[in-house]
Amino acid sequence: MTANSGTGIAERVTGARRGDRVGDSPARPDGAQKTRGEFAFSSDLWMDGMLWGKTLRSPHVAAKIRSVDTAPALAIPGVRAVVTAADVPGRPTFGLDVPDQPVFASEVIRYHGEPVAAVAADHPEAARAAAAAIFVDYEPLVPVVDPEIALEASPIHPDGNVFRHLVIRHGAPDATGDVVVEGDYEVGMQDQAFLGPESGLAVPAEDGGVDLYIATQWLHVDRDQIAASLGVPAERVRLYLAGVGGAFGGREDVSLQIHLCMLALRTGRPVKMVYARDESFFGHVHRHPARMWYRHHASRDGDLVKVEARIVIDGGAYLSSSNAVISNAACFAPGPYRVPNALVEGYAVRTNNPPCGAMRGFGAVQVCFGHEAQMDKLAAALFMDPVELRLRNALERNDRLVTGQVLRGAVPVREVIRAAASHPLPPPPDPAGPVTARPGGAGATAGPEDVRRGVGFAVSMKNIAYSEGFDDFVTARLRLEAGVDGEAVATVSVATAEVGQGFVTLAAQIVREELGVARVVLAPPSTVDVGSAGSSSASRQTWMSGGALQLACATLRAELVVRAAELWECAATQCLFDDGDVVRAATGERLSVPDLLAPAPLETEHEFHHRPTRALDADGQGDAHLSFMFAAHRAVVDVDPELGLVRVVQIATGQDVGKAINPVQVTGQIEGGVAQGIGLAVMEEIVVTEGHVRNPSFTDYLLPTVLDMPDVLATVIEEPEPGAPYGAKGVGEPPTISSGPAVLAAIRDATGFPVTRAPVRPEDIALTWMRRTS
Amino acid sequence: MRAARVALPTTVEEAVEALTEAPGAQLLAGGTDFCVEVNFGLRRPPAVVALRRVQELRRYEVTPASVVIGAGTTYADMGGTELSAVLPALAAAARTVGSPQIRNSGTLGGNIATASPAGDTLPLLAALDARVTLRGPAGERTLPLGEIVTGVKTTSIAPDEVVVEVVVERRTGPQQFLKVGTRNAMVIAIASAAVVVDLEAHEVRVGLGSVAPVPVRATEAEMHIGDAIDWRATGGPRASAAALARFGELVGQAASPITDHRSTAEYRRHAVQVIARRALERCVVRAA
Repeated sequence: MTANSGTGIAERVTGARRGDRVGDSPARPDGAQKTRGEFAFSSDLWMDGMLWGKTLRSPHVAAKIRSVDTAPALAIPGVRAVVTAADVPGRPTFGLDVPDQPVFASEVIRYHGEPVAAVAADHPEAARAAAAAIFVDYEPLVPVVDPEIALEASPIHPDGNVFRHLVIRHGAPDATGDVVVEGDYEVGMQDQAFLGPESGLAVPAEDGGVDLYIATQWLHVDRDQIAASLGVPAERVRLYLAGVGGAFGGREDVSLQIHLCMLALRTGRPVKMVYARDESFFGHVHRHPARMWYRHHASRDGDLVKVEARIVIDGGAYLSSSNAVISNAACFAPGPYRVPNALVEGYAVRTNNPPCGAMRGFGAVQVCFGHEAQMDKLAAALFMDPVELRLRNALERNDRLVTGQVLRGAVPVREVIRAAASHPLPPPPDPAGPVTARPGGAGATAGPEDVRRGVGFAVSMKNIAYSEGFDDFVTARLRLEAGVDGEAVATVSVATAEVGQGFVTLAAQIVREELGVARVVLAPPSTVDVGSAGSSSASRQTWMSGGALQLACATLRAELVVRAAELWECAATQCLFDDGDVVRAATGERLSVPDLLAPAPLETEHEFHHRPTRALDADGQGDAHLSFMFAAHRAVVDVDPELGLVRVVQIATGQDVGKAINPVQVTGQIEGGVAQGIGLAVMEEIVVTEGHVRNPSFTDYLLPTVLDMPDVLATVIEEPEPGAPYGAKGVGEPPTISSGPAVLAAIRDATGFPVTRAPVRPEDIALTWMRRTS
Repeated sequence: MRAARVALPTTVEEAVEALTEAPGAQLLAGGTDFCVEVNFGLRRPPAVVALRRVQELRRYEVTPASVVIGAGTTYADMGGTELSAVLPALAAAARTVGSPQIRNSGTLGGNIATASPAGDTLPLLAALDARVTLRGPAGERTLPLGEIVTGVKTTSIAPDEVVVEVVVERRTGPQQFLKVGTRNAMVIAIASAAVVVDLEAHEVRVGLGSVAPVPVRATEAEMHIGDAIDWRATGGPRASAAALARFGELVGQAASPITDHRSTAEYRRHAVQVIARRALERCVVRAA
């Protein structure tokens, strides 16, 4: 499949079959609504008589709270409730992994923007005024904002400042290579920057519980955390998925959920809350900034001998998913290469910076900037072509990772490298072309003579689904019945959060593929009538929810066959399922699915668990992961070195997907992921100074525009993954992982400058240029 | 909660009356700066005077000697054919502002009254010694831009005055506007420069943005290069590479940039001299 950005969608995806089954590319059921602006997102929720919620957040990075006076807020007309830490009925803290984060800060502020109170009022303006009227007496403290210092500093939280220290020892510790290269690398704090801000509507229920309509990635884990803090049984907290406007990991953690439910229970009225854009930057976790040191050893022939690395990620004030992020970072520190010896040390550290957690590709994204810069350095030291060096050391099936895990699945690393490398290069920069096509774009800063072109390459790997012994499962229920017109209707009940990834499309494709039933209905995801589907993250839902649904289909198919056999009074083994009919082998008689459903509907429920994984041991060894995805990216970049401005011209990629269940959606994930990857490489960063967030707006947190987005040439490699439904791996994360490192490599190629930090800032390039030319 | 009162005048006179009647009222033109401040909770004016219906503010007039641009002229209008033919650098600056939606909304008068150091039209207006006409209860007054914009987001415009129009003298010769930002479009300037070459007066005019509290002229650089250019060279005005380099250095000296979350002072000073030099190089012949 090859796709070129910039023109239509379905037409340009070669091999995207028209139809509605697995391997076809039916349109998204919500696509037209979203395109027309008619889709109801969580911020569109409305209920008569509802109140508006607003959060009060700390302006300080670190402080003691001496007192909180809510009386001035309650005196404002239309204000119905103010809640603080003192009002949390149950567990005062929450957290995805360990509940170490206060619902509201009570005594200590640990980051800029930490919630202190929440207000409900008749009107959003009254709520805003009330939040501003709450008097909080803070005693500012000196924040701990450098993770290296935090490692040694006195604890800023009872749980200490080190979330996790992980060491991977693999092979011979004293092995050395003929050629050694070393480097320090840094990655800044990226934001998920989903366009739909955090929002929800909580409605108090007659049983003393609450119904919450919410945009989230994982309904059940939200529910459990809410119920614990409300001090009510989980079944009295009912979550319904509201329209999600993007997630990328930023909706894994609780943001306004508990606050909203507390306000609804306190007032006895529905309460709606929508974060404004600036508050959204404070309301969710970000991508971990990382500092990395690497030393690579290789033989004179270019075989990797050893990788040494020290990786420090800044988790900010609370744990969130830091433990899993540092696990990934350490495990994938060498990249997708055969490394016989390794010593990797990883630290996830608590500081007074904003909390960091899940974001697309976590752990793997940060280290990819390091290992790929190192591979280029090594290639230069060996006088080898960088692509050749990567091909030479590429992992293969049955190789071992540095964690000792043997790769049993599809490992098409060479294939993705060759696919990325074999795409045609773009034409050279056109001196007569528009100035806006050069670096600097609309600013018209570069003449043809100011532009240098570079080409860079990067390869990456990441795990699919949850790792290190986590019991990762999905519950799915499938009901088949004859509709009023006699046609069969399949109803899928699964709590899978559709966050834009397209599971709503895949679910119907899978049912049609398995049962030949055209009419597939997806019940609205909720916690009410079905068990957990896990998180829509870690590229896992195609495999996990898809797998659960495929199993459910297989069960009902078998039951349909049994029904037919009973009608024909023959053995079930004499009957075959054939595209929506059951066929009696001996006679060729057929019974359609609607015929077989006439007596009674069929229903089944399945809980699908993936193969168990294990926690890493004291030496960082163990079969920690289910499966792996691989991708390669080649970036072509034009640079104006004197001004340090960059324009990414083209990204060519090869991606290991196992099987493209919906090729158009795969292309969408690749193009969107590339945008997010190059964003991190050249512009996206939350600027934090002494713990203060300096740019909480889309004015200053820059996302790529259409003038920043390159052409994307994509080849998907379909080598089926054993154990995965249809052999399909996930596709969401890999485009974001190595696209950015490829861009930085291209900038190094164009300029000859080191470029060790993502995002690269204009001054990083231009001031190097200035020093070298003066 | 008291909602803001909104006045919808249709003439400048009515607008001034509305301002006089409601002390603390905020003028609303395109809203592309003001509404952001409202959203951030930085401003809650008791009343708003909306200028959209004031048609007389949207006119512009090109005469043989000057260009008069109504304060309500949008960036999209400035980037249009008629104004871009006489003020190509203003059109270029207008085209770098925001997105199409922002350019359809934001106005020249708003850019002046907001007085951001990064205001994209201001370097050119400074370079051309633009004069700005204000109208208040006591009538009209006209001031040079430099006396209007007095500091970072501060002006000498009285609370009951409306920006009516901007007048610049027409000049014969090429002009350029270059702007540096970290993104290739829709970005606030880290540094910007407008360069106007006057082939009749034999002078070069330079206005700089985002490198000082207010838009600044690089007068030393202007004088240096005005003298260094061979104005009567065949093929157009000609300057030596050394003179152009010196021009850049002097532009850098005219800047007094700061370090903030968008960039560093060192980079801004470097960038502004590079873009000013490049802008001039597009206007003159560079001697070997």
